[in-house]
Amino acid sequence: MVSLVSALAVAALAVPALAGAGGSQPLIFLSTQLRPIEEAQKMRDTVLRGYVGAVEFIPVEPVPFVDRVLAEQRAGRFSIGVLGGVHGDFPALAEAGALDSLDDVLAALRSRGFPESFLKLGRLGTDHQRYIPWMQATYIMVANRQALPYLPDGASLSSLTYDQLRQWGQNLYEATGRRLLGFPAGPTGLMHRFFQGYLYPSYTASVVTEFRSAQAEAMWEAFRQLWAYVNPQSTSYAFMQEPLLAGEVWVAWDHTARLIDALRQRPDDFVAFPAPVGPAGRGFMPVLAGLAIPKGAPDRAAAVSLIDYLTRPETQVTLLQEIGGFFPVVEASLGSSLPAGVRMAAEAVSAQAASPEAVPSLLPVGLGTLDGEFNRVYLDTFTRIVLRNQPVRPVLDQQAEALRRIMQQSGAPCWPPDQPSDGACPVQ
Amino acid sequence: MPRRRWLPYLLILPSVVFFALFFVNPLVQAILLAVQDGGAWTLDRFRQMGLDLYFPEAVRNTLALTAVVVPVQLVLALGLGLLLGALPRGGRDAFLYIWTIPLGVSDLAAGIAWLAIFTERGYLNSVLGALGLMEVPRLWLGYHDPVSLFVAVALAEVWRATAIVLVILVSGLQIIPRELGEAAEVFGASPWQRLRRVTLPLLRPSIQTALMLRTVLAFEVFAVVQTLAGRNLPVLASEAYTWYGSFRNPGVAASYGLVILGLSAATTLLYLQLLKVRPEARPS
Repeated sequence: MVSLVSALAVAALAVPALAGAGGSQPLIFLSTQLRPIEEAQKMRDTVLRGYVGAVEFIPVEPVPFVDRVLAEQRAGRFSIGVLGGVHGDFPALAEAGALDSLDDVLAALRSRGFPESFLKLGRLGTDHQRYIPWMQATYIMVANRQALPYLPDGASLSSLTYDQLRQWGQNLYEATGRRLLGFPAGPTGLMHRFFQGYLYPSYTASVVTEFRSAQAEAMWEAFRQLWAYVNPQSTSYAFMQEPLLAGEVWVAWDHTARLIDALRQRPDDFVAFPAPVGPAGRGFMPVLAGLAIPKGAPDRAAAVSLIDYLTRPETQVTLLQEIGGFFPVVEASLGSSLPAGVRMAAEAVSAQAASPEAVPSLLPVGLGTLDGEFNRVYLDTFTRIVLRNQPVRPVLDQQAEALRRIMQQSGAPCWPPDQPSDGACPVQ
Repeated sequence: MPRRRWLPYLLILPSVVFFALFFVNPLVQAILLAVQDGGAWTLDRFRQMGLDLYFPEAVRNTLALTAVVVPVQLVLALGLGLLLGALPRGGRDAFLYIWTIPLGVSDLAAGIAWLAIFTERGYLNSVLGALGLMEVPRLWLGYHDPVSLFVAVALAEVWRATAIVLVILVSGLQIIPRELGEAAEVFGASPWQRLRRVTLPLLRPSIQTALMLRTVLAFEVFAVVQTLAGRNLPVLASEAYTWYGSFRNPGVAASYGLVILGLSAATTLLYLQLLKVRPEARPS
């Protein structure tokens, strides 16, 4: 059965490769983003329509994405022109030397006004630009309006604390008999980002150094109590928009792109709001997607012109209007024609980033291929403490060992919100 | 004629080449992935796998699923096969076609279909709710209730893969000569005696094939579990996938693969030993 799945994957990879083999070749744009079929179709029909050349937009899962690029590099036969992915999709490629330097491309696009922090992420710890920022997103909360009457006394959506979120869940449970909070803790959900970018920074103002601190211990105890009001099906959820639309959960945290369908389809039934606040502030994680060119790309000039097109302010606004979960990375005025749901999400995103107690938490940098193992530390800690009810202290101590090993093996220095370090980021 | 001697070898050559290229070669590569790290020999991958939080559960769940699903399928398929044999020809074909429909459904699609039944707002809860048997929807697939999760996955697996056992057994039943059963009847054998003393012994080669095939496939169970349970019910193949895909560690993934291979080889040998078929009983 595994072989069936992999055979399908191989077939899926082979078809576009063959299609691109003869005659005038369209530029192949391989992307791990905008994968749902409607988004991919919008991308082809509207966003890419304004581009002069022929582009073939191929969305793929992250695993075949990396495998295909590496396979082409190894075989020395190149078909892909442009790569689109989130930050975490690129380190494995950069480490294998599969990404071309984009210093020249960036020089030509400087005036677009990319934030410096994004450009730095795009260098992936090297001296050269490895990807050009493409679009950004983050994680926010969405609630069904039916849940609002049960908000705890004195709580407001814009300044909700984690304790109030737990109380809210409890109120909902007592009123309906159902556990109505929801998290994307399924195999393809983004739950690890909740721990790395939201829970840990909100309680400890750290992700790595304070992993096993007293604050972290208190945090896990509190989260275990909160989890009593979380829908148990959460461990199979991937995109929270689906259980929200189905009414299985009333309050959910997820990536904007994985919530936007609920907001777009029924803007009157849902509200979007910033992530909760903890004792150390409001931890949140901006997500960055970028555009790269693989080494040996068949038509580099065309690839560069596609990157130029995709980073124009008007293209970025079209993308936001049509698809909605991703926001521009360049200076662009949003105009007034945004759909109500998208506007709601955009407001929650900016309220979250602009709040005075914000603790921005960046994506892990410098872990290379150990990125996956890094996520595993947080997910295993969660599984053991929250799902299997193991005592917090020994679990934190054991997982801290695993985390320390990963940091030392990769030699990655601390990234915000942790304080800068000389050499590998220490686990206290 | 001496010229003929090499002909059989020549005829099987293409399949041998195919087998070597697409089965032996990846197998060797998988073994190397598991026991090498940058060219040096190591058992670290196996250690990493053995210490993983999900490894003991994955082994337990895979074995438990196999132990529950395969016998149920065998009994079910045998019952269906015998029922088919009692039907007139036209009816027999019609039922055979209907019962083998799941064979044509991909396991991922089967998983999704069953997910639509068991999920919180699924068909099962809707029906129970409409009948007034349930006020608050019950969660069948949550991690907090391993029994109902296991039963749901086992049900889906039984539905999906009984047909392959059925097809093998039906073909086996068809080559058993009718006269043997009739002779036994003449000597006063009851239907149960005829089944035990005549049909089952003669069906042994087919049962052996069906068991081997189903058990090996059961060790590889993946898509149905992945759709219905995700990581709530870890099995060996899904852990291999997670380690390769999410943790980007092909070495540990290959170690999981080798565990599946080892289990499959061991049970195949076991079946060959336990269900030894006398040469004269082999279908010629």
